[in-house]
Amino acid sequence: MNWLNLLPALLRGAEVTAWITVASTIGGAFLSFAAGIGVRSRFRGFRWLAGLYIQIFRGTSLLVQLFWLYFALPIIGISLSPVVAGVLGLSLNIGAYGAEVVRGSLASVDTGQIEAATALNLSPLHTLWRVIMPQALVEMMPPFGNLVIQNLKDSSLVSLISLADLAFQADQLRNQTLETLPILTLTLLLYFAMALVLMVAMRFVERYARRVSGREAAR
Amino acid sequence: MTYLAQFENVTKRFGDTSILHNFNFEVTSGEHVVLMGPSGSGKSTVLRILMTLEGIQDGVVYVEGEPLWHEYRNGVLKPAREAHLRRMRNGIGMLFQHFNLFPNMTVLRNVIEAPMNVQRLSRTEATERADELLERVGMSNKRDAYPLSLSGGQKQRVAIARAMAMRPKLLMFDEPTSALDPEMVGDILEVIKDLAQAYDLTMLIVTHEMGFAREVADRVCFFCDGQILEQGKPETIFTEPTEARTRQFLSRVTGAKKAKVGSEAQS
Amino acid sequence: MLFGIHWNLASQWSFALSITPILLIGMKVTVEATVFGFLIAMSLGLVFALLRSMPLRAVSWPTAIFVEFVRDTPLLIQLYFLYYVLPNYGISLPALETGVITLGIQYSAYTSEVYRAGLEAVPFGQREAARALNLGSFRTYRDVIIPQAIPRIVPALANYLVSIIKDTPILSAITVLEMLGVGKIIGDRTFRYLIPLTLVGILFLILTVIAAWGVRFVERRMPRGGVALK
Repeated sequence: MNWLNLLPALLRGAEVTAWITVASTIGGAFLSFAAGIGVRSRFRGFRWLAGLYIQIFRGTSLLVQLFWLYFALPIIGISLSPVVAGVLGLSLNIGAYGAEVVRGSLASVDTGQIEAATALNLSPLHTLWRVIMPQALVEMMPPFGNLVIQNLKDSSLVSLISLADLAFQADQLRNQTLETLPILTLTLLLYFAMALVLMVAMRFVERYARRVSGREAAR
Repeated sequence: MTYLAQFENVTKRFGDTSILHNFNFEVTSGEHVVLMGPSGSGKSTVLRILMTLEGIQDGVVYVEGEPLWHEYRNGVLKPAREAHLRRMRNGIGMLFQHFNLFPNMTVLRNVIEAPMNVQRLSRTEATERADELLERVGMSNKRDAYPLSLSGGQKQRVAIARAMAMRPKLLMFDEPTSALDPEMVGDILEVIKDLAQAYDLTMLIVTHEMGFAREVADRVCFFCDGQILEQGKPETIFTEPTEARTRQFLSRVTGAKKAKVGSEAQS
Repeated sequence: MLFGIHWNLASQWSFALSITPILLIGMKVTVEATVFGFLIAMSLGLVFALLRSMPLRAVSWPTAIFVEFVRDTPLLIQLYFLYYVLPNYGISLPALETGVITLGIQYSAYTSEVYRAGLEAVPFGQREAARALNLGSFRTYRDVIIPQAIPRIVPALANYLVSIIKDTPILSAITVLEMLGVGKIIGDRTFRYLIPLTLVGILFLILTVIAAWGVRFVERRMPRGGVALK
């Protein structure tokens, strides 16, 4: 069988993988900031909730979380489609890791910055968004880049809850054709190519973050 | 008479070590006070308490007669909440040893950020005010630069303009020149002297620069172990200190200065 | 029934209680896969790190590309590759062994980076000082560089042990009956997924918390100045 004949099905899967990765990265970024800021909150309830979320989703395995969302939740009356369970599971998982990155980066900003903001009587919220966050963003970018690649690789696990991503298509083709070597080699190469695209994209985001933080001259 | 700021039996501890113990101190409006003393003697802590950067464990701090770290709720003096602190911080400004400019904002933005967002000035008003102050401290030409590209002395000038843009009544300096290269120190001290003459400001300055203290200070307070050991007019304190510890400290500061100048001459 | 142990469907609690021993059998496989996968990752990572640092580009470049490729592709596909492709070439390994080897290879890409970064983090002045004392390059490494690199390397390696624990459930995709695989089978047979899968989650949490404690213990015990090699 010609390797080229395998490509259309795999590319269809790759497209799904790309969408799942993008969607769950956006969801994960949102959760990262919510929980990463939450663990630093003045209010104990927020700190506790964010800490619990991070501990549970970092402490258990992604596949366990996906199975739980997909197989266990329907039993208490919540049925999620594979797409919803997959994107939700990936977002929750990567968000917990991202929250640690956000927390660490916020803590790494010089306390003198907060003191100067206090001396100018800026509100705590204003200080967070206008002073601390722009500087912390730079610190976040390299670890975030790693997490995005991690998320792309992790997205392959949604195939195990029957979502038709690249890994799923590869497994289907393998079952039908038994052409294991070309199928799996192409699949690995496709994942690698997507990872390279993400790396280049993160490079640009990183450069942008360096500019807004004042680490690099803007003009 | 109401003092601009007053410490009444204030105790401040960090864990087990007590920095200030039953500390009493007053500043009258318009006064320029220089705080001196060995490191760890509590002088910076006094500034940081007034700027609400550090809380206190006991006693009361008054600013214009009103408790700073406490507020009356149902007639009872309770620890202050954020809203009270925010109201009290109006009219107090501070400069830091390491300037603490916001690196993510241009010089101009650093200066207009607080007037626009705290005092709700329009951008034009805030910019007008900022330009005037940047002119005064000699930084107009750097108004669109980022702090990254400035020298230490330039950063402190911008920081001074930024603090002044809030029109404080009380301006505090926490060792404003100790992180600067020696040749920059004089410049910054000139800027501070200029402010002291031009504006109706109350100033609290922690510094080891005796010549400068002599020129601007109405009063010098010598700190030791969380107490004011001795205070008075600079001429008196510097020429005829009564306490042995003050004499010791002063001779060490001047001695260190001479040694530094000497070593520079050699190299 | 699984592994000769029956479950009791009388109530939620009796069900949970009766399947716990079954899950613990799965946990044994989880721990085995983690430990052996980690051992392979540590040794293979060192080999990759050494190959990458070779002055010969014909060796260092292909190694670098291979490591990057392994790091940026999913464990699941690598697992399929070894499990389904190798038998065509006469190499047929049982599922658990395949899983352990794949974990080892995937994580060697990370550990090789740990070794490299650990050695590079030793200040260059130390090499210069060794040169000034006229130490040979073997002695420089054995007595100066490696002892100082170890306190940086060991905690970072230990952190990957925790990550491997969390990746072992992927082995269930090639029929390895580790903890999640066992939980899933119980669910498939009883149509009750909630309790087995929740228990699996809790058991994983316990495993990772214990492992994280271990990591922190190792971190604290590491002498800052370095470890002397005899």
